[in-house]
Amino acid sequence: MKRLERKHPLAIRWFHWINFPILAVMVWSGLLIYWANAVYRVGVGKHTLFKMTIPEHLYEKWHIAFRLGWGLSFHFFFMWLFAINGILYVLYTIFSGEWRYLLPDRRSFIEAIQVTLYDLRLRKEPPPQRKYNAAQRIAYTAIIVMGLGSLVTGLAIYKPVQFAWLTYLFGGYQMARFFHFWLTIGYVVFFVVHIGQVVRTGWNNFRAMIIGYEVHEVPNE
Amino acid sequence: MNDEDVGRGEQEVGGEQEERRVDQEVGGEQEERRVDQEVDETRAEGKDASPPTDTPPPASHISPPTSDVDGQVRRLSRRGFFVAGVSAIAAYGGWRWLTNASRMGDVPWPLRRTLETNEKLSEAYFRERRLSPTFPASMITNARINGGIGLNANYDMSAWQLNIDGHTLNLADIQAFPKREMITEFRCIEGWSYIAKWSGARLADVMAKFPPPPDTRYVAMETPGRAYYVGLDMQSAMHPQTLLAYELNEQPLTWQHGAPLRLTIPVKYGIKNIKRVGTIRYTNVRPADFWAERGYDWYAGH
Repeated sequence: MKRLERKHPLAIRWFHWINFPILAVMVWSGLLIYWANAVYRVGVGKHTLFKMTIPEHLYEKWHIAFRLGWGLSFHFFFMWLFAINGILYVLYTIFSGEWRYLLPDRRSFIEAIQVTLYDLRLRKEPPPQRKYNAAQRIAYTAIIVMGLGSLVTGLAIYKPVQFAWLTYLFGGYQMARFFHFWLTIGYVVFFVVHIGQVVRTGWNNFRAMIIGYEVHEVPNE
Repeated sequence: MNDEDVGRGEQEVGGEQEERRVDQEVGGEQEERRVDQEVDETRAEGKDASPPTDTPPPASHISPPTSDVDGQVRRLSRRGFFVAGVSAIAAYGGWRWLTNASRMGDVPWPLRRTLETNEKLSEAYFRERRLSPTFPASMITNARINGGIGLNANYDMSAWQLNIDGHTLNLADIQAFPKREMITEFRCIEGWSYIAKWSGARLADVMAKFPPPPDTRYVAMETPGRAYYVGLDMQSAMHPQTLLAYELNEQPLTWQHGAPLRLTIPVKYGIKNIKRVGTIRYTNVRPADFWAERGYDWYAGH
């Protein structure tokens, strides 16, 4: 037997889906900016595992070379949309009480390990699943903290004299830029895992993010 | 919809009233409320009003046969995916419109307008007393050379002179002003930066000797021959760290760094730090700016 259950409030669905293209544009325009000084790498000490760059011909092929001015213009336009949407989302979760389902609590960190082990098929019994499981709570809260991190590191790079104290807090101009970059890589990692989990969880769960409701199977008597 | 019914239904279970009230506060959900009502009605029949979220219903709590769940899902989906589709098309249309909008300074005009709005905010927040951080000499890094527009190796330095608002100065005239020294970070708009020691005259000191009319808004600077040119807002020009520099790291400027005299302005990106300044003008008409004509922010300020 089936039953409809309300899952995602309309406001959260809108915030979520509005954020998606905005963040995509921010990442893309950020890449246009990064092209001009693609200096980051993954490595230990002086040993470089790989450089955070792509071959020159791919920059050309994907039309992301020599577009710094264009990238900055888009970045400084969409930053407002990204910030406003994010702030409204946070305010909404606070005033609606939705934060209760989203913020991790004392148990979340232990449970998140159980969730991870279960998802990796290293553990048989399913962890407690409420509206969001512990790993989701941590992920969905972390992504908001990351968003805030992007805004403040962005401000530290954008206005390093007027907000010199902020730039100093991040360890200087280049360090602020470093954090700003790696937060973006964090979004990309989040996105990949998020998409993977959504695919695994299935249509009913995905549809709930569009229509707000989820169909639940209820065992027959 | 009868909100009270829902409230009561939830109260029977207890603990979830708050959440339900929240749902009701979200506007524009008539259709969903109707569905909610249907759901609640069917639940009420079977004395099942389990909380809709968070805690899964206990296995003993059996929902009544709700044969219309499929129908409700169909209806919700039709509407939800319709709105999603229309929004996606609208977003795509908005993107097409934005990227194809007529160009202003080589970027779509809405982006240029936004840069100008950002500029107004930046100017309002700007304070002359906020300084670009200074560093000890031990932190000086390699002064990267970038951009040689308007520069050439065989330039006749003896022929150089600075024209400021119609007055002609030579290098000795500039060096007669109090010599200011600072170790600051030079930040290129490309993202790299270096720390260097600059020595020169404060632009504000030089301008005080050849004062612009009151309420002059801009300062324009050009290389001799005007191959490269920048525009500055007055408060950035008057900033105490804005120097007409003749030394870099205690050595006279090389031609690549803009000998004999360049602007060094840490409240701006490198693109505004014009090398080999030949002309300084005061104007109330926003001066042309080499890189602003090529898709960059005119203000480019920190």
